[in-house]
Amino acid sequence: MTATDGQAVHESSAPADSLLSVSGLRASYGQIEALHGVDFHVRRGEIVVVLGANGAGKTTTLRAVCQMVSTKGSIVFDGQSITGKSTTDVARRGVAHVPQGRGTLADLSVDDNLLAGAYTRKDREVRADVDKWFTVFPRLRERRAQLAGSLSGGEQQMLAVARALMSRPKMLLLDEPSLGLAPIIVQGLFQRFDDMNKADGTTMLIVEQNANLALDIADRAYVLEAGETVLTGTADDLRHDEGVRKAYLGY
Amino acid sequence: MSAAGNLNEQVSGGYSLLDRIGKKRLRNIAIIVAVLVVLSIIAIANDGSELFFQRVFDGLNNGFIYSAMALALVLIYKATGVVNFAQGDMAMFGTFICYVYAVNMGIPVGFAILLGMATSALGAAVIERTLIRPFDPRNHLAITIVTLGLLLVLNSMAGVIWGYDPRAFPTPFPNRNKSFHLFGAQIDYTKLYTWITILVAVLLVSLLLNKTKIGLAFRSVSSNLESSELVGIHVGRTLQFGWALAAAVGTLAGSLIANTTFLDPNFMSRVLIYSFAAATLGGLDSLGGAVIAGIIIGEVETMSGGYIAFIGGTLAPTTALVVIVVVLLIRPSGLFGSKRVERV
Repeated sequence: MTATDGQAVHESSAPADSLLSVSGLRASYGQIEALHGVDFHVRRGEIVVVLGANGAGKTTTLRAVCQMVSTKGSIVFDGQSITGKSTTDVARRGVAHVPQGRGTLADLSVDDNLLAGAYTRKDREVRADVDKWFTVFPRLRERRAQLAGSLSGGEQQMLAVARALMSRPKMLLLDEPSLGLAPIIVQGLFQRFDDMNKADGTTMLIVEQNANLALDIADRAYVLEAGETVLTGTADDLRHDEGVRKAYLGY
Repeated sequence: MSAAGNLNEQVSGGYSLLDRIGKKRLRNIAIIVAVLVVLSIIAIANDGSELFFQRVFDGLNNGFIYSAMALALVLIYKATGVVNFAQGDMAMFGTFICYVYAVNMGIPVGFAILLGMATSALGAAVIERTLIRPFDPRNHLAITIVTLGLLLVLNSMAGVIWGYDPRAFPTPFPNRNKSFHLFGAQIDYTKLYTWITILVAVLLVSLLLNKTKIGLAFRSVSSNLESSELVGIHVGRTLQFGWALAAAVGTLAGSLIANTTFLDPNFMSRVLIYSFAAATLGGLDSLGGAVIAGIIIGEVETMSGGYIAFIGGTLAPTTALVVIVVVLLIRPSGLFGSKRVERV
């Protein structure tokens, strides 16, 4: 791939205001290494998108941040190294991950899913937050007593996002939020992400196949190829990058 | 969103499907009830209503104990996805501890049982931490083998400490030798109190699981391990809670039945077989199912033993096996178990 506007990556040092900075990240499933040195950072309040073809390692990158695969390299979140910590610990430090396939608690009601999202919180505003998300996603309020497993795909995605944000995370990781959803629902969802980012300053790292949509709301983006970061730049830069346009934007 | 209407249609389509399944289930239940009513009428016509009701209540006695043990099995199954073969021997060991508190140390029986439940909970928490947690929770076979080992260890340890002579276990309830009559059948007060105690215990367990934070964590972990980690739930500690709770319920069941069966290192093995049957029938992941199925199994045992001559008392335990096999063949998810449907 040729980088015209974007820059080829080898970030040695992330900026000081990074919430998350990752360098030389390697991750493997058993014997097979899926990431061979990924570098990126996310500043506070930013929306950063990770683009890449199937198998490029996008999902693995998010799973590595949450320590759901065995990892090597440096992952610094909020000033502290989280390499080798447990997934639970990473979540408690303020990383909320909406996994691919949503990972809703299918046997629990919508209400309980949201309460589970607030599991780490000890303040008294949990109920108020549940109401807030019911206002953002009115459809969830209608289904609040229903088991999450009986919701439609779009509703489950809303629930997964709301549940993740119930923890009032410092950072939200979203893995293919558009997967399996009707285009119109996807657009609404991304609009929500943008709103949340602008209103609450929620930092987001989004893995997305739908590059057009993702670049619309993103500040910056990285392109992964075969387990390595090959390109980075602002969303605008990458949108105009010829290689990215041909490979991911389809025009 | 203009897709809302479309989405609504899809969703309500799903509901009408659920309705249809519900109607089918209702019809099945109606058929079963009708068959049972006919059998009951035949039984009453042949042997009189007194004997019939006596057997119904006798069935309840065992049934409630099976319910409690099945509940313990389901708690651990929901948490770990594993059937805990050591559940019976954990209950046996716990009952011996209650015995020590009550008989050797002279603590009032009711308190001795509560204390024994707490001790078993603590013991189970230690067992979970040392024997279960080191294994990957997804490796069900390894954990199953560990529970089998645990069964043998607890059983022989009890044999070494307390010997194999059956001991009488005191009842915690008043009016111990008194009884009353209902529909011509005689019911001991002790038994009535046993039923009430177990019902209260089941109620408390369900409140604990549905109304508390640790209960929410437990249900969350049983539903989806990975997502639970992602919301910051300590999975290990939550599973430990499940083991502790199951052990306490098991010890309660053990010490309530020990009064009628006598206490020795093997006294729970027969109970455990029936409880397996109950847990299977109820659907291994349904707490309410376990309780209802426990009572059904108790009735099946008593009725088949009482009314079918060649089964009698000796062959009655095989009815448990028959139930397990038939359920697994016809309806593997049991009466109330969840059939997992993945939506994409």
